Formats: sequence, structure tokens, C-alpha cells
Amino acid sequence: MSEAAIVTEGLRRSFGPIKAVDGVDLAAPAGTVLGVLGPNGAGKTTIVRILTTLLTPDGGSARVAGFDVVRDAAALREVIGLAGQYAAVDENLTGRENLDLVGRLYHLGKAEARRRAEEMLERFDLTDAANRTVKTYSGGMRRRLDLGASLIGRPKVLFLDEPTSGLDPRSRFSLWDLIRELVVDGTTLLLTTQYLEEADRLADHIAVIDGGRVIAEGTTDELKSRVGGDLLAVRVADRARVTEAAEAIAGLGSGAPQVVAEAGEVSLPVSEGAAILAEVVRRLDAAGVEISDLSLHRPTLDDVFLALTGRVAEAADDDGPDTPRGRAARPARSRA
Amino acid sequence: MSSVANRALPRRPLWWTVSDAAAVTKRNLYRYIRVPTLLLFSTIQPVMFVLLFTYVFGGAIQVPGVDSYIDYLMAGILAQTVIFGSTQTGVGLAEDLSRGMVDRFRSLPMARSAVLAGRTVSDTVRNLFVVSLMLVVGTLVGFRFHAGVVPALGAVGLALAFGLAFSWISALIGLSVGDVESAQAAGFVWVFPLVFASSAFVPVESMPGWLQVFVKANPVTITVNALRALTLGGPTARPVLQSLAWIVGILLVFVPLAVNRYRRAAG
Repeated sequence: MSEAAIVTEGLRRSFGPIKAVDGVDLAAPAGTVLGVLGPNGAGKTTIVRILTTLLTPDGGSARVAGFDVVRDAAALREVIGLAGQYAAVDENLTGRENLDLVGRLYHLGKAEARRRAEEMLERFDLTDAANRTVKTYSGGMRRRLDLGASLIGRPKVLFLDEPTSGLDPRSRFSLWDLIRELVVDGTTLLLTTQYLEEADRLADHIAVIDGGRVIAEGTTDELKSRVGGDLLAVRVADRARVTEAAEAIAGLGSGAPQVVAEAGEVSLPVSEGAAILAEVVRRLDAAGVEISDLSLHRPTLDDVFLALTGRVAEAADDDGPDTPRGRAARPARSRA
Repeated sequence: MSSVANRALPRRPLWWTVSDAAAVTKRNLYRYIRVPTLLLFSTIQPVMFVLLFTYVFGGAIQVPGVDSYIDYLMAGILAQTVIFGSTQTGVGLAEDLSRGMVDRFRSLPMARSAVLAGRTVSDTVRNLFVVSLMLVVGTLVGFRFHAGVVPALGAVGLALAFGLAFSWISALIGLSVGDVESAQAAGFVWVFPLVFASSAFVPVESMPGWLQVFVKANPVTITVNALRALTLGGPTARPVLQSLAWIVGILLVFVPLAVNRYRRAAG
């Protein structure tokens, strides 16, 4: 395997004046999971749509499984699977009929399409619901069916665009387990998410996207090490005094304290956390700043995002180029 | 790996284009089995039109040379029914687009025309069902085919073909507006003048001169005239050929436009 399963170079795509994807380089070796992490509107969905031939790029190049996404689009579609942000399954068909339809459209032939459908029903624990119309399915079941549909054609490269958004925690955890199993089969996976924990759990390699650009990449550990050691989080009783608190404890840690003003919190990267704890309390006490909460934790990707961008991931724009022309309102509604 | 990828790919069998469209048609038709009320309501409207026109206007409208208005009316109602039915093509596609189904289909190695062909064909099948039921109701209130069995079948076939052509126009509209409500509205506004400013319900001669210019060129008039010849009798060759020419013309223009729009849907 001389070439990575996914390679993009200088990928660009604009919607009018908005540069949704603005020079993105990505690489995912075959059989690995690439997590594309970023807030809403960062450009994640646009990247997925380009890589799955739904959109053409304005510039740069992208190859998936050796196929150019523009020149070899037709051939590429035979070796990829896509599960988008909304479960793209037909409500008026049963679970089995949905899978069978996708199998037919991959040209598997009648018998093979049927066999694959059964396999997927089994694998995604939908056998009991196989003959019910999807209208009666829960959100988690629809997602599992959608994931099954994306795997019908035995894709070499699978794209999952925010596979667990809108699911309750239990459905999310069970979907994570299913996704982890896929990778064991050797499928290359590109997964977008705004759940930092999700990328942490599933991805081998993470690209952090913001404003259409890759602002950081590496393994989870590499990204975490950019924050440096553990994190000491101090929440002050009086939010207005958060900067004062940051000044009081500056110099104690292995890096500069980061202030999250809205939360009234200061987080300080520390190398030997427990030893510093006492000193932090002493300093804040001396400065007369009242502490409402104090915790020491391993950094999460939230912390990484904060360290990289100076803001929390969730605080980013709620809408943007990820939702071109009228798609923002696309509902996962059951029936009007 | 890359050398394999760069190799020229074998041509996709033409058969796939047909089987893909058939798979999508089947999927669309399931909807009427699973939601029978949909079919019920799309059937009620044309049946209601038959009854309303017959009993409300039938007494007032005298058509020279035709004994009963229902015989005159049926050709017009046939055309109206298939055209109104075809507006649902755009609505169905807009729905697939807004629910992410089009994204899924476009990411599959299926024929680019299959989603549209499947939709227009399934809407034609639905039109066949509605037209058949309408003819039954028409017959109950006094309509008769006067030109024989073959012209009668020809009339049904021509009406369905005309509806199919309009389905492709509707497909382009549905894909262009992108959401269900707009598709519903945009799909209907332009067909009203076409259907009513035609020979569908009243003789063209009863209209003001300036309107007659439009009405006589209107493909609905031409098709209704052909359907009338096929149901009532009279020379059929000229109106039928003219209507077929319109159908072929519409398809030649709108099939490529709609497929092209589909390729870049939501782009």
C-alpha cells in the first residue's frame, strides 16, 4: 500500500463569500481512523461531501482509495460508504427493504443484496425490527440502520459525518462500540465530530478544523501533550475576579493559565499537579479570591481546543458553511 | 494501488441504468402501499373534478356538435389529472433532497439518471391508477368511449406520456427549489394557466381573441384535442402527432436539464 487511503492537498471550496474549506491537507493510512474534529460550521461536512463526490472542490486535490474525487468519481463511489448527519433511510420502507435497496444500487445482485441485508440487520441488532417500517424506529435504531446501509457495499473507505449527533448517551456509547468493531475489519474510516470525547475514543489520528483550516493534528496523545501534563481547573466564586485569580497563580504551572471568562474558570497546565495544589490554594487565599471549585484532571480535547484557539469549541458559530443553502432546517422529523 | 486506479474502467452495463431506475421506482411505490391515505387523497381530487364539472357546469356549457358535456369533458379532465399528478414529482424529489436521501443515492455507484427516472416512472404508475379510477367514475355518470377500444387505450397511453413529460419539468423545479413547501407551491402555479387556458373544459372559440392565440399554441390544448379525437372520434393522426412532438420536445429539453441539476444537487 504505497498510498494513504485518504489524501487531500490544499483542498478548497467556497459558498459565495464563505470559504468553507480553505486549504486542507489530510492523510489517513489504510485501516486507520481519522477524526476530523471541529465546531459547527468549521467545514467538516463540506470536506466529507467533497471526498464522497457530492461536491466538487474549487481547488486542490483529493484522492480516496487511489481514486481522484473528481476525475474518477464514478469508480470511487463503488468503494466508499457514507452515513451523513441525518439518517438517510426511507421511513416508508422496512429496515430490511432499506438495506436491500442499497444493496441493489451497489449492484450486488438479488441474492447477495439480500444476504448482506441480513448480515447488517444481525450485526446492528435490528433483526427483530427488520419487517417494521422505519417510521416506527427510534433515533438510535435509524442511525444503526443508516450505518448498516453505508456498509452494504463492503466499502474500503467509510465516511461517517457526525454519526452520533442528536443521540442520547446510551445510544451513543453503543454506536461507538459498533464503530470500533468496523475498524477491526480493515476499513479506513473518516469520522467527523464535534464531540471531543468521541474523537478521543475512536480516532487514531485527529485533525482539528476551525474556519475551514486544519489548526492542529496528531494522535490524541500528541494533541494532549500540547496542553502539557495535567490541568488544574479553578472556578472562582465571583466571576469578575477570574483574571485576578489567573494572575495570582501565573508562573506555578508548566504553561500560562487560560481564562474561560464565561465560566469563571482558570485552567492551568501543570506537570506535578498534586504538589502544586496546596500552593495554588495558598496564593488564591492570599489574594483574597474565593474558590468555588478546584479540580485536577487529565486534559480532554476540549482543553486542547481551548489551548489552540483561545476559545471553547461549543462557543463557535452555530451555523455556517457546513449547512449550505437551505439545509440548516433539514429535520430528522418523523412525520409532519 | 494507484496504477490499478488509473486503469480505464470497464463500461458500466446499460442494464444497470434500467435496474437502478426499477429499484428506485419500487421504493417510491412502496410509499403508496404503506401510506394508503396518500393514494386516496390523490384520487379523490380528480374524481371530484369529474363530478363537479359534470353537474355544476355541465348544464350551462353547451358545446356545438357534442351531445353530452361529460363526453367532451373527459379528455380535458384526463389531461388535467396527469398534469396535476406530475406536480408531485417535484415534491417527492424535494422531500428526498431535504431528508438526505439524495445525498445517499448520489454517493452510491448507481446511474445518475436513476433517481429521477424512478420518480417519474412511479408517478406515471400512480397516474395510471388515478386515471383508471376516474374513467370508472366517468363511465358511471354517463361517459362513453365513442371511437373504439384501440383509440381508447391510445388516449390513456397519450395522457400518461404527456404526464411523464410534465413530471420531468416538475423534477427540475423540485430539485431547484429544494424544500417541500416551495416545491408544492412552485409546482402548481405555472400549471394552472396552462390547464385552464386551454381547450380542456370549454371550446376555444368562446374565449377572447387575444387569449385564443395563447390557447391554440398551448400544448395542453393540442393534447386535449388529440385525446378528444381518440375518445369522441374524428381525425386523429394530426393532433396525436402534434401532441407526441410536444412530449418528445419536452423530454429532450428537460431530461438533460433535470439530470444535470441532480448531479450537482445541493451544490
